[in-house]
Amino acid sequence: MPGMTITEKILAKHAKRDSVVPGENIWVDVDVLMTHDVCGPGTIGIFHKEFGRNAKVWDRNKVVIIPDHYIFTADEKCHRNIQILRDFVKEQDLPFYYDPEFVSMNPGKPNPYLDPTKTKYKGVCHKALPEEGHIRPGEIMLGTDSHTCTAGAFGMFATGVGNSDAAFTLGTGKTWLKVPPTMKFTFHGQIPPYLTAKDLILAVIGDISVSGATYKSMYFAGEGIGSLTLEDRMTLTNMAIEAGGKNGVCDVDEKTLNYVRARSRIKTWEVYTDDKNAAYDYEGDYDLSIMEPMVAKPHSPDNKDTAHNVRDVKLDQAYIGSCTGGKITDMIMAANILKGQQVKIPTYVVPGSTEVHADMKRFNLRGVLKGPNEKSVEDILSDAGCSMGASGCSACLGGPADTFGRLNRSEVCISTTNRNFPGRMGSMSAAVFLASPLTVAASALTGHITDPREFITSPIETGMAGVK
Amino acid sequence: MTKVIKGKAFVLGDNIDTDQIIPAKYLAYNPSDATERKFFGMYAMDGVPAGQSGLPFGDVRFVRPNEFKSDFSIVIGGKNFGCGSSREHAPLAIAEAGASCVVAEFYARIFFRNSVNGGYVVPFETGERLVELIKTGDELEIDVGKGEMKNVTQGGRVHKLKPLGDVAPIIDAGGVFEYAKESGMMAR
Repeated sequence: MPGMTITEKILAKHAKRDSVVPGENIWVDVDVLMTHDVCGPGTIGIFHKEFGRNAKVWDRNKVVIIPDHYIFTADEKCHRNIQILRDFVKEQDLPFYYDPEFVSMNPGKPNPYLDPTKTKYKGVCHKALPEEGHIRPGEIMLGTDSHTCTAGAFGMFATGVGNSDAAFTLGTGKTWLKVPPTMKFTFHGQIPPYLTAKDLILAVIGDISVSGATYKSMYFAGEGIGSLTLEDRMTLTNMAIEAGGKNGVCDVDEKTLNYVRARSRIKTWEVYTDDKNAAYDYEGDYDLSIMEPMVAKPHSPDNKDTAHNVRDVKLDQAYIGSCTGGKITDMIMAANILKGQQVKIPTYVVPGSTEVHADMKRFNLRGVLKGPNEKSVEDILSDAGCSMGASGCSACLGGPADTFGRLNRSEVCISTTNRNFPGRMGSMSAAVFLASPLTVAASALTGHITDPREFITSPIETGMAGVK
Repeated sequence: MTKVIKGKAFVLGDNIDTDQIIPAKYLAYNPSDATERKFFGMYAMDGVPAGQSGLPFGDVRFVRPNEFKSDFSIVIGGKNFGCGSSREHAPLAIAEAGASCVVAEFYARIFFRNSVNGGYVVPFETGERLVELIKTGDELEIDVGKGEMKNVTQGGRVHKLKPLGDVAPIIDAGGVFEYAKESGMMAR
């Protein structure tokens, strides 16, 4: 009998079984259920309809609600949706809710927080979940957002579900899953200074297509993954869904454990590894020393090319943000390219969370606490002419017409986000190129797509940023 | 589930993502509110680029402007139908517009699951490349029991559908909650 993979071991444990095999349908216990302002109201409606108006959630300590999508908009339905979350949190007495307290039912656009350290509001759920200690190796998390798979970077099984699935779990604590076969992607060598995990995942998706991992688990392995920061691993697993993957997962190492020990609200967890004789559905090998900075051309994440090949593409806008490219290490990468220079095209910066925003104010270019006369990451980005926004999903998915950074015309944008479907960032006539924060920053300086190797002379240190 | 599904075809291509099926700007409507829910029908397929909307010729709207219901009740797709975000609003929007099923080569995982769990549309799969065989507006008849779809407009040409498999009992029950109640997992 073949051995088991990390994903199979986690699923077997939660089905109270010794083993599972790909293709089996199993019922599992869920450790964390996350929802947000876009899918929360629908989920809550189904929960009340199916379990009763007076029903209680299965475990109030396992439900996490993080508003993040439509926060800084004058759209009244968006304000109302936040209120639906608040009412539910009160009704169920839920301890883990991160309220944008500056959003009211009054007309008009809410004023963003003044100090990111003095608000309960967090921002993008996938970044906030580990920050707030809801992520641990070996557990199962469901979220009403397809990028829930991000948390697989911490060695857990995490996957996106719809409102009905989420409502079912709210009432029962369980879900049914088909055990996915695992695809193994091994990265050899160490990450060079001109690449980030974004280049790696765009290469993989380009190779296997946007449906290449449909119904499957994507396991990212090898010493190359060990050489990535924990935040960069989140970029890899985040985009597993862009290949159709059910989940993405990385091995747990000291970087993972340092973070989880410092943050987790629960102090025990289990670390699983693939058995030596585990069976894989597919195996791909990548040599980091010969990989190049990549882009995904419009209008699909698998439309890959090298940044160098598309250097003639003229740009109207650059965007640095989202769960994929709005982490503090992403900001430090971009700032190191932009330092002391001026962007040639409108460049929007959106921190992934209020913690990222706070870190942008306190860290310098090397990810070290800045001295009194030293520029912060935020100062550097702002001095370079970037427009600075407040934390949240913002223009990554277009959103209401008044969303910060939204593409409202037939513009060409280069973005650190994860999707470039037609109309994804707003206008149907806009075109989006996906790239790493290094490539986006380099392109912002020239106004056309630019290989970051033209600007990078030495490795970029990210220091303590995003470490604990 | 009804045993025979009849209606007009609306044909789309490959990799139809959920941003095309229901663009993010409409997600502020609350699907649990009966009045707001109707708007998902109005805006279903609003994000499909015009040239690819209603193949083979394109420029056909799934739902006419300012109307809530579609003239088309069977959506034909290619590969990887429903990829992208986990928004359950996507199959809900297709159903709200009045369509009862999708026939595609294969689905993105979350869309398939949402379609079944919420009892919105039946996600049939087929081994044939229907996108190149069926025209938008063709009159179709699906015999669920036989696993066949007949194209009445094209002289009764028959296409085979794959068995629904593991999810058939959930589809028959009308969704995951009805299934759970019927099988005793949830109280009625």
